[in-house]
Amino acid sequence: MASIRKRSIQLSKLCSFACCRSDSLDDHAQIAQKGYSRVVYCNEPDSQEQIRLKYRGNYVSTTKYTAINFIPKSLFEQFRRVANIYFLVVACVSFSPLAPYSAPSIILPLVVVIGATMAKEGVEDWRRRLQDIEANNRKVKVYDRSSCSFKQNKWKDLRVGELVTVYKDEYFPADILLLSSNYEDGVCYVETMNLDGETNLKLKHALEVTSSLRDAGSFKDFRALIKCEDPNEHLYSFVGTLYYDCQQYSLSPQQILLRDSKLKNTDYIFGVVIFTGHDTKVMQNATDPPSKRTKIEKRMDRIIYVLFSTLISISFIGSFFFGIETKKDISGGNYRRWYLRPDKTTVFFDPKRPAVAAFFHCLTGLMLYGYLIPISLYISIEICKVLQSIFINQDQAMYDEETDRPAHARTSNLNEELGQVHTILSDKTGTLTCNSMEFEMPALGVTEVEIALARKRGEQLTEPTSIDGFESKKSVKGFNFRDERIMDGKWVNEEQKDDIQKFFRVLATCHTAVPEVMDSGEIIYEAESPDEAAFVIAAREFGFQFFARNQTSIKLHELDLESGITVDRVYNLLHVLEFSSARKRMSVIVRNPENQLLLLAKGADSVIFERLSKQGRAFEDKTKEHIERYSEAGLRTLAVAYRELDDDEYKTWEKEFLNAKTSVTADRDVLVDEWADRIERDLILLGATAVEDKLQKGVPACIDKLARAGIGIWVLTGDKRGTAINIGYACSLLRHGMKQIVITLELPEIEALVKHGDKEAIAKASLDCVKKQINEGKLQVGKESSIEFGLIIDGKSLTFAMDKTLVNDFMDLAMSCATVICCRSSPKQKAVITRLVKSVTGKTTLAIGDGANDVGMLQEADIGVGISGVEGMQAVMASDFAIAQFRFLERLLLVHGHWCYRRISMMICYFFYKNITFGFTLFWFEAYTSFSGQPAYNDWYMSSYNVFFTSLPVIALGVFDQDVSSRLCLKHPSLYQEGVQNLLFNWVLILGWMFNGLLSSIIIFFLTTNSIIGQAFRKDGQVTDYSILGVTMYTCVVWTVNCQMALSINYFTWIQHLFIWGSIALWYIFLVVYGSIPPTLSTTAYKVLVEACAPSILYWLTTLLVVISALLPLLSYRAFQIRFRPMEHDKIQIQRRRSESLERDVAQSRLSESSETRNSSELPEEVRIRINSLKGSSRRKNS
Amino acid sequence: MSETNSDRQRRGDRESAFYLFTQQRLPACKPVLTPPWVITIYFLVGFIFVPVGLFTLRASHSVVEIEERYDIECVPSQFRNDKVSYIQDDSVPKNCSLLFKVDKYMKAPIYIYYQLENYYQNHRRYVRSRSDQQLLHGRNFHGTSYCQPLESSNNRPIVPCGLIAWSLFNDTFTFIRGKALLKVNRTNIAWKSDRDHKFGKNVYPFNFQNGTWIGGGKLNPRIPLSNQEDLIVWMRISALPSFRKLYGRIEEDLDVGDYVVVQLMNDYNTYSFGGKKKLVLSTSNWLGGKNDFLGLAYVFVGSSSLTVAIVFMLLHLRSQR
Repeated sequence: MASIRKRSIQLSKLCSFACCRSDSLDDHAQIAQKGYSRVVYCNEPDSQEQIRLKYRGNYVSTTKYTAINFIPKSLFEQFRRVANIYFLVVACVSFSPLAPYSAPSIILPLVVVIGATMAKEGVEDWRRRLQDIEANNRKVKVYDRSSCSFKQNKWKDLRVGELVTVYKDEYFPADILLLSSNYEDGVCYVETMNLDGETNLKLKHALEVTSSLRDAGSFKDFRALIKCEDPNEHLYSFVGTLYYDCQQYSLSPQQILLRDSKLKNTDYIFGVVIFTGHDTKVMQNATDPPSKRTKIEKRMDRIIYVLFSTLISISFIGSFFFGIETKKDISGGNYRRWYLRPDKTTVFFDPKRPAVAAFFHCLTGLMLYGYLIPISLYISIEICKVLQSIFINQDQAMYDEETDRPAHARTSNLNEELGQVHTILSDKTGTLTCNSMEFEMPALGVTEVEIALARKRGEQLTEPTSIDGFESKKSVKGFNFRDERIMDGKWVNEEQKDDIQKFFRVLATCHTAVPEVMDSGEIIYEAESPDEAAFVIAAREFGFQFFARNQTSIKLHELDLESGITVDRVYNLLHVLEFSSARKRMSVIVRNPENQLLLLAKGADSVIFERLSKQGRAFEDKTKEHIERYSEAGLRTLAVAYRELDDDEYKTWEKEFLNAKTSVTADRDVLVDEWADRIERDLILLGATAVEDKLQKGVPACIDKLARAGIGIWVLTGDKRGTAINIGYACSLLRHGMKQIVITLELPEIEALVKHGDKEAIAKASLDCVKKQINEGKLQVGKESSIEFGLIIDGKSLTFAMDKTLVNDFMDLAMSCATVICCRSSPKQKAVITRLVKSVTGKTTLAIGDGANDVGMLQEADIGVGISGVEGMQAVMASDFAIAQFRFLERLLLVHGHWCYRRISMMICYFFYKNITFGFTLFWFEAYTSFSGQPAYNDWYMSSYNVFFTSLPVIALGVFDQDVSSRLCLKHPSLYQEGVQNLLFNWVLILGWMFNGLLSSIIIFFLTTNSIIGQAFRKDGQVTDYSILGVTMYTCVVWTVNCQMALSINYFTWIQHLFIWGSIALWYIFLVVYGSIPPTLSTTAYKVLVEACAPSILYWLTTLLVVISALLPLLSYRAFQIRFRPMEHDKIQIQRRRSESLERDVAQSRLSESSETRNSSELPEEVRIRINSLKGSSRRKNS
Repeated sequence: MSETNSDRQRRGDRESAFYLFTQQRLPACKPVLTPPWVITIYFLVGFIFVPVGLFTLRASHSVVEIEERYDIECVPSQFRNDKVSYIQDDSVPKNCSLLFKVDKYMKAPIYIYYQLENYYQNHRRYVRSRSDQQLLHGRNFHGTSYCQPLESSNNRPIVPCGLIAWSLFNDTFTFIRGKALLKVNRTNIAWKSDRDHKFGKNVYPFNFQNGTWIGGGKLNPRIPLSNQEDLIVWMRISALPSFRKLYGRIEEDLDVGDYVVVQLMNDYNTYSFGGKKKLVLSTSNWLGGKNDFLGLAYVFVGSSSLTVAIVFMLLHLRSQR
């Protein structure tokens, strides 16, 4: 027992992060200062001191509202919208005599609209609340000191300082200090998917002093004090000190288990609760993503301003005439309109003070014509967008069966923006490619790989998956190499078998993967990156099976060179010098069974080659050549090297390195890297590896389609130029016949300068060089306008191209190229480019990516699409839409984007149309009441207009309308240009709709009044009065706007029929019901339909005349426009019509002449009409 | 086995209406405005509207209507320059007579209307100045603030209150054919619903038009409001500033060449605001009264759509060639 203890101490010392120095107080100098004041009394949650600190409990609430603040808070949210404030003010003023209608009639629709929005908020919040309840009531075992055992308790009752135990596959209930686990050395594995989306396992270590506390009994007398930082949102940092047994131990993130992460591969752990509830890191991290608004919404705001100004100006006109008329009522003691009693009047109608009366009238007018502003617009759009997103989520064609992931619209307010994407900025790895790496081939120093490579090159690059000529062996996922000379252990016969052995040993040991032995005996590797998994698998296939790891050792089944049998070898793992994007390499320091100290390294070729020793360069030229070839073939390459260390050197280095590691200063990482750098030198090159990043399914076709839709595609990748270009060809971004413009700084003259190292001179020369290349490119593009161009630029050049003086030229050039590939670009550059493209073009940009390095880009772009792929969920968390495969982007944009764009823009136009139609009939009528502010209709007709009689059809339009079916959307990508060029929501169209509304209102008002006013309007001699005119006009308005809707949509299911004709029917039903309640409530509507209108033939004849007349202008316009200047969707619709009728004819002719056989698949060809060449069609691949 | 079941189920799902709904593939009618459709629609509209219009026009022409303006003629010549003082002077006799010549046979019932022009019954101040509750429940009902400034007089409520009632039209007409008085039926001229449900059967005029301010007509305080049909008709406010209101019915036919003398009391002041007063006699048919506008509008719209159809067809054929 003692020996085991001893050993674990020794091993823990070697572990990179297990720092247990007692003199580390100086590093933790901030403890107990501001920001570092938290004190936890371990195992004493009931102590006076702990209670006095009053830390929050573990109850968690993620809801936006509580039962108490829901009403005020959500109301406040509602009235942040200008239009809603306007309606609120109107509702308040409606209690004054200023109001042209009764107060309840204006308040009710406002209540309905606000209530619906609040209900939506409420439901969303309720869902969050249910989740909270579920989380709060989960069970965890908490140490009970009275009985010295662990007892079940609810998460929400957990307190700071309590001891808990968490079992395998359970979530941590709070932020916990790891004390011990079932492993001797106190390690445990956690999965942090819910925190950062990374699926790989992370290793946590307990402090060595606490790792022996491994049963309930040992906690009886456990007392400790933790002083640490205050709650904060940094997931990867923690500063704290543990006071235990009169000693101080510094704590690092390595000992902290965060709430919402999961215990894996470990049976149980014990820990102390440090942060609870909202103090936990994950809760501190919960912030809302930046909210994005669509271009259509922004334009809609401008339309609302236009309408507001219309509203104000017509109120003003009305007041002007009202003032004049009112002033005339008293002239020189004579009362003109004596029946209005101008002598005994209120201030609102006072002829002696016409200016004041006019001012008040203006306010009345603002309320009366408020119907120009559609009150239900916002809520209707919101409802539609939510339903649209449900359709996107439900779409089976965007459902990935393999990963069981449907498309997911994470925000619903960007739907229509999907239809307007001008430029796509795409990540490469994991987005265009699968990011499931296949080990293609090793370049083993001198071992000849030419044959394999030649075979590889001869193949279709677009179908790299089907390359295997050796089908006999079962293919292994992640491994795609066949060479009979070295496979199946035959490598032992090769000349350089020692080198080969070393090479694979590096692959099998230099990694951070964790093996997991399945029930079947098969070993599955959980690795941080798919590349790493591919290496380990490759090593296994060559006979170096990595099967177990713990904190201090790595175990391999290995083929013994001499005996030819498999033996177990244990490598003592001393240090892991981890991979980072800055270091571009990782290495491990191990002691092999022969007691040799080895540093095994793999990394980017450039980095490794720099660090080779003189003797280690034996294979350098050969390997360089191989790497060159591999990257030409689109493979990712890494160089592999090793070094033997002598003990003394290692020991001195280790001391310094541990110092660096355990320091808590801000530049710790720099220090660690520096020390790592000191040992990673004088390497001996072994060879290089090549893994293939397979293209995702359907990527070339999808990109081709998107290009034909006229969408510019930029690929931003960290890969080398050669690799990037190859992938470009593979996924048809670069096509044959396309001219490449390459901007690079890898030129001899620049490299010569770099060797001198004068930074200023380099910068200047680079800038000039890039400038020259850009100008040359522009010249080339200008000269040959018929050819498509592809621009390839590397990250270094890009930094210069983004210089203020060059950026415009560069963007000009980039915009005139069909494809832009930025290789070797950093995550930050990706975000900067995205912002640049967005601001320079002013058009919609869409960024698509899958990894954490794409988050900046996704948030910067107008739309961020995350691929829920292998690299975890971080990109998805930051995205607006999540899809499982790149190819679904085609459907997301061309089908859903187009539909949503069309729906929302038509919906908004129609909304304004219907409200202008209605609002202006009020205005015309008011003109005939000497602008006194009398509405033409009963109060309740008016308030029901937006809510009942016209709301549902427009929602049906916004949710269901399709100009062409999804199949045709995909077949005719040029249709997408309607959205990019914003043809359905330009000002001409918007103003056209408004003009149409004005025209409709004129037709309705004047035709109605002239038809029914004056003479008797039915056989019994009764004449039309105010109430009958109101009903007739209103009937015409309801019919007209609903029929106008029927004319504008192209897609009638039973839902549309129900909503449109139902709305009209509802009006009559409403009139009957409302007219049958006592006249003191129904006032002018009392029995107006039943008694007065319905029996009158004139009423029905007038309705018919007015409705048809009001529809004819738009119908005529549409008829002529479709026939003589059709838009893209019109053409496709007509074409569909023709092909349908043709098919019908053919079917008939088939029936009559059964002998004639025709291939129905030829039909579309026959009927294909010439598609108007929009921007994108010229890019069509001419294959 | 379970897999085949789930497959079958999935296939079943795929055909279900709900599945089609979520995939936005519900069976739908997708109308396209193809040239044949356009031409058909326009011809259809034309071929329906023109006959309807002609039919309506004929109906309108078959109505006989006699209209006579009397507000000028009834002012004695010495008052022609100051009609307002004439109408406000109680000492001047207001009686006046008109002569109607019947040009066409008029079948009973012949409706008598008075027509006012430039009279804003739809003025907001005017429209609101009434109390439906009081009309129904009588003077015990309080809360008639809308009736301002004619809510009460001498601290006693006015029934019916408000501007509308106060400005009641009070010209009266009697009709004489030859030597005999034509019987004018002045009942049932108001809507039945108004009589039954808006004006109380037990509500009698009270304190009406007896203060300093006399507006229009007076009401007999012994007749309940529900029987005061002139008031009921007047209080059903007009839509536009020129309007007709029903005065009564002549229930005898008038023959061609008949002369009808109208004895009228020209009491109502339209002179101060330059309004016109007219007396109208009109028959009616299924369409109502005489109005050519509707028929003409039908014919116009119908013929325009025929024109559009032809123009469209020609353009279509030309560009096809």
